[in-house]
Amino acid sequence: MDFDLSDEQKMLAEQARGLLAERTPYDHLRRLIDGNAEFDDALWRELGEMGFLGANIPEEYGGLGLSELDLGVISQELGRANAAVPFFSSIALAADAIMLAGSPEQKAKFLPKLASGELIGCFASCEGPGPVIGRNVDVSGDVITGSKFPVADAGIASIAVVQCGKSLAIADLSQVTVKRTKLDSFDQLRPHYRLDFDWSEAEVLPGQDYIPALLDRAAVQAAFEAVGGAEACLQMGRDYVMERQMFGRPLASYQAIKHKLADIAVAIELAKSNAYFAGWAAHSSPAELPAAAAAARLTAIKAFELAARENLQVHGGIGYTFEANCHFYYRRERMLSVIVGNRGYWADRLLNAQPGAQGKAA
Amino acid sequence: MDFNDTPAEAAFRAEAQIWLAAHAPAHELPVGIKLADTDEAERGRAWMRELYNGGWSGLTFPKALGGRGLSGIEAVIFAEEEGKYHLPKGPFTSIGTGMALPVIAKHGTDEQRTRFIEPTLKGDLTWCQLFSEPAAGSDLAALRTKAVHAEDGSGDWIVNGQKVWSSWAHLTDWGILVVRTDPTVPKHKGLTFFVVDMKTPGIETRPIRQISGMKEFNETFLTDVRIPDANRIGEVGEGWACCMTVLMGERLGSGAHRSGVEPLLELAAQTPSGDGATVLDDRAVRQSLAEALAEEQGERFFQARLRTMVSKGENPGALAGMIKLAYAARQQRVLGIGMELRGLDAIAADPSDSLTPDLQYDYIYSTVMRIAGGADEVLRNQIAERVLGMPGEVRMDKDVPFDQLK
Repeated sequence: MDFDLSDEQKMLAEQARGLLAERTPYDHLRRLIDGNAEFDDALWRELGEMGFLGANIPEEYGGLGLSELDLGVISQELGRANAAVPFFSSIALAADAIMLAGSPEQKAKFLPKLASGELIGCFASCEGPGPVIGRNVDVSGDVITGSKFPVADAGIASIAVVQCGKSLAIADLSQVTVKRTKLDSFDQLRPHYRLDFDWSEAEVLPGQDYIPALLDRAAVQAAFEAVGGAEACLQMGRDYVMERQMFGRPLASYQAIKHKLADIAVAIELAKSNAYFAGWAAHSSPAELPAAAAAARLTAIKAFELAARENLQVHGGIGYTFEANCHFYYRRERMLSVIVGNRGYWADRLLNAQPGAQGKAA
Repeated sequence: MDFNDTPAEAAFRAEAQIWLAAHAPAHELPVGIKLADTDEAERGRAWMRELYNGGWSGLTFPKALGGRGLSGIEAVIFAEEEGKYHLPKGPFTSIGTGMALPVIAKHGTDEQRTRFIEPTLKGDLTWCQLFSEPAAGSDLAALRTKAVHAEDGSGDWIVNGQKVWSSWAHLTDWGILVVRTDPTVPKHKGLTFFVVDMKTPGIETRPIRQISGMKEFNETFLTDVRIPDANRIGEVGEGWACCMTVLMGERLGSGAHRSGVEPLLELAAQTPSGDGATVLDDRAVRQSLAEALAEEQGERFFQARLRTMVSKGENPGALAGMIKLAYAARQQRVLGIGMELRGLDAIAADPSDSLTPDLQYDYIYSTVMRIAGGADEVLRNQIAERVLGMPGEVRMDKDVPFDQLK
């Protein structure tokens, strides 16, 4: 057993962290919000050029051919930076769906462009309030009709992988039969859309019943992203309380503050440990993935929730201003808590993987 | 990263499995029967002897000292395999191997290593811990039990004072003891570490009646106890460093206990909810048990990360306290949930219900885990200070000689 990132993975993380720290400081995020930007175009291109987007896409399809753990390391850094890029939509969901369920022709057609960032994909699954897997939109004879919403990053995406029952289909979003309507997004750095398909053309991915696996694999990336965000919050909160003086001593010297941050640190380490295992299992032990992904997801939601809330709290009133940096994470945390299934979905997924603990619904 | 055994580890695991299959079943404790503590301790010794004879005792100790000179990972593999059997293991053996021996190995003389390590690994010597006092718990260095040189010039020490929470002190052979030898210097600097034969005249142990109804902890009174200087571990005044070695062992050992959540899933699946289903079908129960199970998995993998650090020669330091902090809180919380899901039956079960008494006991005992071996609050301070680099607590007693403290 060697339960640590490899030297190469640590280097990959450092590279990604260095690039993101330079390209996307918080003032830059504020400018993107004020400019109503769809995403950070320049950063996206750079991530593609450096190979980050294709980390776990096979080399024959233009990727680096690395593992899901390597991709996780990148997700963690994107989460730390709160980067305004459609990485999760285009790579963790759309590209992964094609990798899992696509034909060799579909892989050859889409994966190289997704890996380079030239093509952006999104994942259309929800149909309004309720579970992540919508029930009504169907595909028959390569035609889709119905509405999917909300769909992250659909404004900049050229294609959508659309969940239709137990099938997945790729729809070109430039068709006149596809209507995109921008929604007000709670996460100001990740726009969401409503997609209305009206007899739109789509090509079905031949692989069937891959949706649970797709969600498991995406959940691992969401967990890594949340861990990165939580770590950023802990660092920010810690730096602020070390600086801030109160009643003649640093705020950081009060036990009420120390214990709060210690609890966050513990929650993060548990979540990170689960994410590491799930990242490893995705590649090396798929039978263990459902439980591992669910555990990673549940603990990551918990850690980021705690970190995002308490970071703002220790900042006091300044944390409620747009000029402070807590709000980026406070908003993103909620988005990540419901992306690819909420806590209820993952609690069931975890228990259903335990012998004798399947629920009635399972 | 690879969570699987390397070929060498797999071979070691197979070797352990074969040996355990041949030797462990005869030592397993009967299920559902509460043994007398003397019986349990004797069975503990017998298992230690079996381990030693088979070459499985003191895996990480150097060969020259009677151990096997293996790595921490191999010790973990053996513990995993050993844990599959219901064996007589407890403080009566683990205080010796996990606390006394590391401190003797690190701070003792060659003569002391020869005298204590191998006999302990064989099960011939068992140990208790004489650290805490009525007025020195989390603030251990405030302890008052004192040792002075005997007036006869023999070099022996005469110890007077009172220790508390000494598990199994009434049944163990030797104790590890920390006392004050110099009250004129600040508190951490005036301590010295000893090993003491529990049959020495002047040592009296009195069982403490605990909230669980059990009496495994003791108060230990030391009245004019004579300890030869040869039983001093480390230099005079270096007792605190020895204590740190012991406590490090305690932290790394914690959290490796049996699973807390899995039995509760079974319990929930066996508890009817009144409509033909079981409480495990209940949304709220599923949610809370799943969250607890996810945390438990996180603790397990965090432990694996720390062990990887140790195997690479890195010191996890205060990170080790994180697991204990998480484990203890989760254990209490989830056992409380376990009681709730049983309904009123959790309070007073029919004698035919064998599940509830364990649940009640475990819930009571979960309070101990949050206090012993570093209380929650102490661990949070350590994490904040040593991991996050936040300021230390204000210390009124810093640099003040112990005898001038209020």
